[in-house]
Amino acid sequence: MDGNLELAYLSLSAILFVIGGVGLLVRRNPLVMIMCVELMLNAVNLSFVTFGKMLDDISGQVIVFFVLVVAAAEVVVGLALIVAYTRRRPDANADDIRLLRG
Amino acid sequence: METAVFAVCAVIALLGGLGVVLSRNPVHAALSLVATLFAIAVLFLNLGAQLLAAVQVIVYTGAIVVLILFVMMLLGVDTDDDLDTEPLVGQRLLAVVFGVAFLGILLAVILIGGEDAVTGARSVTQAIAVDGYENINQLGRQLFTNYVFVLEVTAGLLTIAVVGAVVLSRRPRDLEPIPEPESLIEQGDDPLTAVGEEDAH
Repeated sequence: MDGNLELAYLSLSAILFVIGGVGLLVRRNPLVMIMCVELMLNAVNLSFVTFGKMLDDISGQVIVFFVLVVAAAEVVVGLALIVAYTRRRPDANADDIRLLRG
Repeated sequence: METAVFAVCAVIALLGGLGVVLSRNPVHAALSLVATLFAIAVLFLNLGAQLLAAVQVIVYTGAIVVLILFVMMLLGVDTDDDLDTEPLVGQRLLAVVFGVAFLGILLAVILIGGEDAVTGARSVTQAIAVDGYENINQLGRQLFTNYVFVLEVTAGLLTIAVVGAVVLSRRPRDLEPIPEPESLIEQGDDPLTAVGEEDAH
């Protein structure tokens, strides 16, 4: 594989990461925010695999495995938080959750 | 061939990513996320990571997105979001400016640095098998030799996540709405408008 294609993979990963980050900043629906975090994690996974390919090392793929596990744990806890909060206050968006505000 | 596959999947991934951010309906956003995740799975195959491609489809699209959709239906929050009003004035503009600047920095590093941007010794852990049939074998061997302690910690993390989810989503006996604290009531209903914030301090 030529190097330019690998750089294209890294660029795609950077673009996806920024799309997810901007979405996380802009959107107010907590479920959509979780999806944006997933998008960012996937972008990082893509660059990990590409780095592994560029350096010819299997560790890039092993790390993606652990990122997958952490992402699953994060989604489970995040959704539980959303369920717990929405039961008490339906139609709550991220701006309404301000009980910890200083 | 690899270039053609990359081009098609990159377009699908980008459109899906934009769909996640721009859809008014959260269900549409979730479906766009599925498109992106599938495209990334194909890109994993293109990069020679066969096991990760399968795991991506099974875990992400098969479990995580379905879980998100399930919660959406459970809570009945699949109504359209109001994207026209902007709760914080100038937040979107700032977010886009930040995004463009950050993307500029990342692309500058990648495109100016070229392949020199990726530094480090090659094949430190183990070189990737050439034919690709060894992919699962290699990953399994690494997970249970070099990374075995990380794997154990991961098991602990998953246990904590499951226990935490059960504790958090348990239905409490007294299901009352959380009252607004006194200090916030006097600031008015509109969040973060900060009426007289300087006076309060």
